[in-house]
Amino acid sequence: MSVAEIAGPTVDSTHDPASIVPAVAVHGVSHAYGTRKALQDVSLMVHASRFTALLGLNGAGKTTLFSLITRLYDTQQGSIEVLGHRVSREPGEALRRLGVVFQARTLDLDISVMDNLLYHAALHGIGSRAARRRADAVLQEIDLADRARDQVRKLSGGQMRRVEIARALLHQPRILVLDEPTVGLDVASRSAILRHVRSLVRERGVAVLWATHLLDEVIAGDAVVVLHRGRVLALGDVADVVSAAGAVDMRSAFIALTGGAPEIQE
Amino acid sequence: MSVVAINDERRGFTVGQYLICLRGITWREALRFVHQRERFISALVRPLVWLFIFAAGFRQILGVSIIPPYETYVLYDDYVTPGLMAMIQLFNGMQSSLSMVYDREMGNMRMLLVSPFPRWFLLTGKLLASTSVSILQVYAYLVVAWLWGVEAPAWGYVAVLPALALTGMMLGALGMLLSSVIRQLENFAGVMNFVIFPMFFASSALYPLWLVQQSSPVVYTVCRLNPFTYAVELIRFALYLRIDWISLAVVTGMTILFTAGAIIAYDPARGLIARRGGAG
Repeated sequence: MSVAEIAGPTVDSTHDPASIVPAVAVHGVSHAYGTRKALQDVSLMVHASRFTALLGLNGAGKTTLFSLITRLYDTQQGSIEVLGHRVSREPGEALRRLGVVFQARTLDLDISVMDNLLYHAALHGIGSRAARRRADAVLQEIDLADRARDQVRKLSGGQMRRVEIARALLHQPRILVLDEPTVGLDVASRSAILRHVRSLVRERGVAVLWATHLLDEVIAGDAVVVLHRGRVLALGDVADVVSAAGAVDMRSAFIALTGGAPEIQE
Repeated sequence: MSVVAINDERRGFTVGQYLICLRGITWREALRFVHQRERFISALVRPLVWLFIFAAGFRQILGVSIIPPYETYVLYDDYVTPGLMAMIQLFNGMQSSLSMVYDREMGNMRMLLVSPFPRWFLLTGKLLASTSVSILQVYAYLVVAWLWGVEAPAWGYVAVLPALALTGMMLGALGMLLSSVIRQLENFAGVMNFVIFPMFFASSALYPLWLVQQSSPVVYTVCRLNPFTYAVELIRFALYLRIDWISLAVVTGMTILFTAGAIIAYDPARGLIARRGGAG
């Protein structure tokens, strides 16, 4: 199996080379629930100013990997670093640099959009005045400033997702990790969210790890990690993965790598 | 290879930031409480039904002799009030843990757990927030009880506050510990029945223990082993401006034990949650 390295631009070369590290580095991570192995020897890197797609079918281990990166679970084997901070040793330092959007909705439906954002800000130690200022700014950015006082349950699925992304950015993290953020959304909402996240990569240099099973969310120039049954089958730029798999496009490469994937959606 | 220079070397949190976090957790708990009016009403109605109906009947058939902390004969309404205060906290503790199971199923709990603050602090903060809500409920009940004629010494209403904080923490921590071993909301109903009712009835909340001892030594022993008994007695003594040291020791010990258990259960490395796993 050919494994290409994920390439990307250097963000700031003026700093001491000793201090330059990948945004997220996963080294030889294995994880099991009892006897069921969810991840086996997974290694990958996510870099600044890059959109990295973690491609895998349901049950591939994407959510487990997210749970380990965000330290919902501790790594049983291997290590994970966020901007050089090992998640198991310095969870606070790692987590404060991560913005997280989980697959399941994590907004409190009973309170307002603004209160959800202020709650998140408090969980990151941001004072109320600064929190309110930032919340206003992120809501403006996602065109939901007029819904700030509305209860979250009154929003559409796509709007909720946008609020979750805005919330994940509230503490100004350098890295955004999103676990299947477009699941259950209509085409228009999906593309709006993708556009927004890609603009964060392009304009702010945010490192994005985007887990998905939808191949049409991956475009040329993205970095890709193909995860299947808990193992990384390929990683690198889309072009590298496609050519290493001897395929003509990402779809056929994915099918070739995973031995056929009828569930994959476009 | 793509690299990024680290130039945000903020490390750790200040005391002020810890307080901001704690205030945020408490604020959210209060908001949820305000938005769930039926929760407040049921929290108030439940003990009042006991006071207005159950105590009215028992007043005629059950005399309470002079036992500490009382210095005179008291009406059954007076006797049962500390038990009902503890009952409010017991229900609130279980309600809070129910909401933790709900939050976990709905995903809200994850946002709390991925906060960069230490997990023990986040869980303790949640516990403090839920205890604050339970104390508000207790004082709302005391106002109505006072209007009904149940009066304690004026300073007793102040002295009982630290006791309520401690008993609220103990019962909240027990709920939190239980929430960590519950897989789904459906399973929680059973636990409520197996925890709330035995704890409440096998205690000194409704009857003095000497009365229980006379009718059944076995039940008496169960009551003595029940930490809820000590929560009730701690509240009872504090309301009458006294300290029951044994109750204080038991409630403090149990609070530490349950809180430590909950923190371990929610620990990403050792906890039951991690072992159970999630979707792939």
